[in-house]
Amino acid sequence: MSLVEVKDLSKTFEVSAPWLNRIIENKPRQFVHAVDGVSFAIERGKTLALVGESGCGKSTVARLLVGLYEPTQGTVSFDGQDAAQAFAGQGELPLRRRMQMIFQDPYASLNPRWKVADIVAEPLREHGLLNEAGAVRERVGELLTSVGLTPTDADKFPHQFSGGQRQRISIARALATAPEFLVCDEPTSALDVSVQAQVLNLMKDLQRQQGLSYLFISHNLAVVRHVADQVGVMYLGRLVEWAEKAQIFATPRHPYTRMLLDAIPDIHMTGRARTPVQGEVPNPLSPPGGCSFHPRCPHANERCKQERPAMQDFQGIRIACHAVIEGRL
Amino acid sequence: MSAAPGRPKQARSPTGDRPKAEKGASMTTALLEVRRLRVEIPTRRGTLLALDDISFDIAAGEILGVVGESGAGKSLTGSAIIGLLDPPGRIAGGEILLQGERIDHLPYEQMRRIRGRRIGAIFQDPLTSLNPLYTVGRQLIETIQAHLGFSHAQARQRAIELLEQTGIPAAAQRIDQYPHQFSGGMRQRVVIALALAAEPQLIVADEPTTALDVSIQAQIISLLKSICRQRGAAVMLVTHDMGVIAETCDRVAVMYAGRVVEIGPVAEVIHHPAHPYTRGLMGAIPAMDEDRERLSQIEGSMPRLNAVPAGCAYNPRCEHAFARCREQRPELAPVAGTQAACWLHEERA
Amino acid sequence: MAAFQSFFEGDVWWSFRRSPLAIAAALILLICLFCAAFAEWVAPHNPFDLASLELMDARLPPQWLDGGSTKYLLGTDDQGRDLFSALMYGARISLIVAAASVLLSLLIGVSLGLLAGFAGGRVDGLIMRVCDVMLSFPSILVALLIDGIGKVLYPNAPGGLAFIVLILAIAMSGWVQYARTVRGSTMVERNKEYVQAARVIGVRPWRIMFRHVLPNVMGPVLVLATIHVAAAVTIEATLSFLGVGVPPTTPSLGTLIRVGNDFIFSGEWWIVIWPSIALVTITLSVNVLGDWLRDALNPRLR
Repeated sequence: MSLVEVKDLSKTFEVSAPWLNRIIENKPRQFVHAVDGVSFAIERGKTLALVGESGCGKSTVARLLVGLYEPTQGTVSFDGQDAAQAFAGQGELPLRRRMQMIFQDPYASLNPRWKVADIVAEPLREHGLLNEAGAVRERVGELLTSVGLTPTDADKFPHQFSGGQRQRISIARALATAPEFLVCDEPTSALDVSVQAQVLNLMKDLQRQQGLSYLFISHNLAVVRHVADQVGVMYLGRLVEWAEKAQIFATPRHPYTRMLLDAIPDIHMTGRARTPVQGEVPNPLSPPGGCSFHPRCPHANERCKQERPAMQDFQGIRIACHAVIEGRL
Repeated sequence: MSAAPGRPKQARSPTGDRPKAEKGASMTTALLEVRRLRVEIPTRRGTLLALDDISFDIAAGEILGVVGESGAGKSLTGSAIIGLLDPPGRIAGGEILLQGERIDHLPYEQMRRIRGRRIGAIFQDPLTSLNPLYTVGRQLIETIQAHLGFSHAQARQRAIELLEQTGIPAAAQRIDQYPHQFSGGMRQRVVIALALAAEPQLIVADEPTTALDVSIQAQIISLLKSICRQRGAAVMLVTHDMGVIAETCDRVAVMYAGRVVEIGPVAEVIHHPAHPYTRGLMGAIPAMDEDRERLSQIEGSMPRLNAVPAGCAYNPRCEHAFARCREQRPELAPVAGTQAACWLHEERA
Repeated sequence: MAAFQSFFEGDVWWSFRRSPLAIAAALILLICLFCAAFAEWVAPHNPFDLASLELMDARLPPQWLDGGSTKYLLGTDDQGRDLFSALMYGARISLIVAAASVLLSLLIGVSLGLLAGFAGGRVDGLIMRVCDVMLSFPSILVALLIDGIGKVLYPNAPGGLAFIVLILAIAMSGWVQYARTVRGSTMVERNKEYVQAARVIGVRPWRIMFRHVLPNVMGPVLVLATIHVAAAVTIEATLSFLGVGVPPTTPSLGTLIRVGNDFIFSGEWWIVIWPSIALVTITLSVNVLGDWLRDALNPRLR
C-alpha cells in the first residue's frame, strides 16, 4: 500500500469581487480551480516530483497534502487513513508528526526573531517529545549535525546564515519529529547553483539513511531529473502526465511535457532541434474549455476543444491527452 | 595594458576563439571597454571592495554573458556601467569606455543623456520596470521623443513598430493598454522594446528571464538574440543561469567575489573550463542529458565582501590550492581556448 | 548583559550617534524625565504642599525682572506656587498620564489588531468597523465623553479616580492606530512561510499569534508609541486646559497653562509661557526621537 494516496483532489478558491461591488456592478461570482481532479500515489522511500509552470497548482497540492488547505473535493490518504479527517480532529498532532514540509524561501521560512535552537526544537516541544532542556539541546545538536551544520550554530539567529544554510536549518526542523514523509515546495529554487547541489545531495543522503518519502515540487526539470523517481506534470490545475522518471525524460508523450522539455536551455549545446513555443499560460479565471492546453497545442482537434481528457493508463504511464490515446501522436 | 583581457593579443591567440564578427563589424574597437574597474561601498564597518579590478570588453553585435552566484558582483557591474550605482557605492578606480569615450565619472546630466540613447537597460522584474500609471504607449513615446526628437505621430509609429518587432500581437491596439493588462512575458517584451526605443548601441540586461516561466524564458531569449543581432547592438547579459548563457551568448565572463575568474567563448568555457571554480560550477549544475547519483558540490560558500581571502579569492574552497594561491592574486591569462585567473596554469605553462 | 552589549554594537545605536538631532532630543528628554522623576529633590519648592504656599508671593515675575525674587526663579502663579517647581511636578503628572495611557492603548490596540489580522473574515470585519466608528470621533471628544460619563457615574470620586478616567479617556482615543498598523503587519506576516511552517508543525493558532507573529510586528508599533506619547501629553494638556483633566490641586502642565491663560491680559505672561515652553519642549523632543527611531528601524534605509 502506498504511503500517500490522492484521489480526485480538487481545491477551488473564490476570488469574487466584494459583495457590494457584485450587487452594484452585476458581476458574477468568480472561482479559480487551483487544483482540479488530481490523483496520484507516493510509495514509501520514493520521491514523486510535481512539475509545471507558475499557476499550475503544484504548490496548492503541496499545501493540501499537509493540511494547510482543506480540499474542496477528493481525498488524501496517509498510510491508509483519511488525512482531512485527521487534521480536523484528534488525530491532528500524531499525523503532523509523521509528515513535514520544507518551503521555498529560505529567508521567510525561519522566524527572524527566534534563535535557531528554538526554531529546530519547536516541533519537539509542541509534540511533547522531549521536555528536559538538556535532552532538547542534545537532540537539536544532533539534528544540526545531520544537516551539515554544527551544534554551536544553535545559538545564532537566522540572519547570520546564508540562504543554503537556512535551508539546512529548515530541513533540520522538519526532521525533528522523525517524519516519514516530507513535502518540499521548490526547496532549491531560491538558491545558487553550487548551494543547490549541496542541498540536493543532502536530501538524497537523508532519504537513503532514513527511508524518507518526498513530494518534490519544482519548475526546474533538470533538478527533478536528479531527485525524482516518478514525475507528474501539471498544467492549470490538472495532472496531464504521470510516469517513471526515466520514461518521462526519454519519451515524453503529452504535448505540454514535450514543450517543457524543449524549452529548457541546452547547457551542453548538443545542438538539438527545438520547436518554438506558442502562446502563454491562459488566465486561470477563464480556462479554455475541453483540454485546457488546446490553444497552445499543435495537435489539437475538435474533440480536444470540447471534451476534457481523463487521466488514463497508457503503455505504462498515465496521461490525459486525446491525441496520445487515439494514437495521433 | 594595450589589449583588454578577454580578447587575447593576435600573436598569441589561437585562431577562431571568437565567433566571426557580424558583417564586417570592426574587431579593433570594442563598443564597451571596462578596464580595471573598482567599486567600493563605504559602510560603517569599513570600506567594502565590491568589484576588484574587473576588465572585459564587448564588441558591437556581440553578446557577453556575465555569470556568477549571489554576491559575486555581476549586477553591480551592470549598475556601474549604466551609472546607477546605489549610493554610497561608488566607482573608486578604473575606466569604463563607451566607443572610446570615458563614461565612468560623467556629471549626472550627461550620463542621463547617454542612458537610454546609447545604453539601454533591461531589469529582472518586468512588474516594477514599467510605470503602472502610464500606458505602455506613453512610456515608449516619451522615451523615443526624449532621445530621438521625433514628433508625436512619428514616435507613435515607431512605438508600434517596436512592439511588433518584439512579438506583441495586435500592437496597434495594445499600445494604449496599461502594464497590468499584460502578462509577465508580454511585459518583459515591452521592457525590451523600451530598452531598444532610442536605438542604443549597448544593452545591459540584468537577469531578464529569471522571473519568467521556462517556456516564456525560451521565447524571450530568442527574441533578445535576434533583435540584438539585427541591430548590431552589444549586449551584456547578467545572469546566474548557465543555461541561458549557453543559449544566448557568444562569450561569457565568470565572476567570483567581485573578480572575473574566467572569460572566453561560451563553448570553451562550458566544455573545457579552465578555472577550478568554473569547473565546480559546471559540475554542480544538474544536466538534462545524464543521470548522476550525486551532483559534484563545492564545499563552503562564496566569501562575504568583508572577508575575501588573500591571494586568490577561491583558494579556501579549491582542491588544487597551493602556497602561491594563498599569497598572490592571479591575473587573467590565456589558457587553451579561454582566459583564466589561476596559478595552476601558470605553473604548468 | 549580552542584550545590552549587542544593542550598543548594533545599527540602531550607530545611527543614533550619527544624528545630532536625535542626541540633542534624547538629552533634553532625559533632563526632563530626570526632573520629573526626582522632582522632590530637584525642585526648590513643593507647589503641591498647600501649607507651604504664601499667598503674599502670588504673581511674582521671574527673578531677573523688577519685583522678582531670588526665591522664585521663574516667578509664581496666582496661588503663590513657584513656577519652576510646578513645571517639574506638572511634567511628572503629564508624563505619567501620557505613558500610562499609551501603554493601555498599546495593549488594547495590539491585541485587537493581532486578532483582526490573524482571524480574518468576520472577526476582522467587526473589529475594523469598530475602529472606523472610533475614528469618526475626534479624539478630544472621545476623551471628553468618557470623562463625562466617569464623572456622572462617580460624582464624588476621590482625586485618584479622575486620573484613571483620564488615562482611560486618552487610551480610548488612541488605540485605533495601533490596531490598524498591527493588523496590516499581521496580515503580511501571516502569509510568510515561517507561520505556515508553524502550522504544519501543529502549533495552536494562539501560540502562533503571540509567539511568532507578535515579535515581528512590534517594530512599527514602538515608533507609533513614541510619537503617541507626545500626542498624549498634548491631549492631556488640552483636557486639563478645558478643565476636565487632572484635579486642580495637582496641576499638570495643561492646568498651569489654563490658569496662566487668565492672566495674560493683566501682563503676567510668565504664568502661561513657562508651562507652554515646557510642553512644547517635551513634545518636540519625543517627536524628534520618534522620527529618528522610525528611520533607524527601517531596514530599507539602513
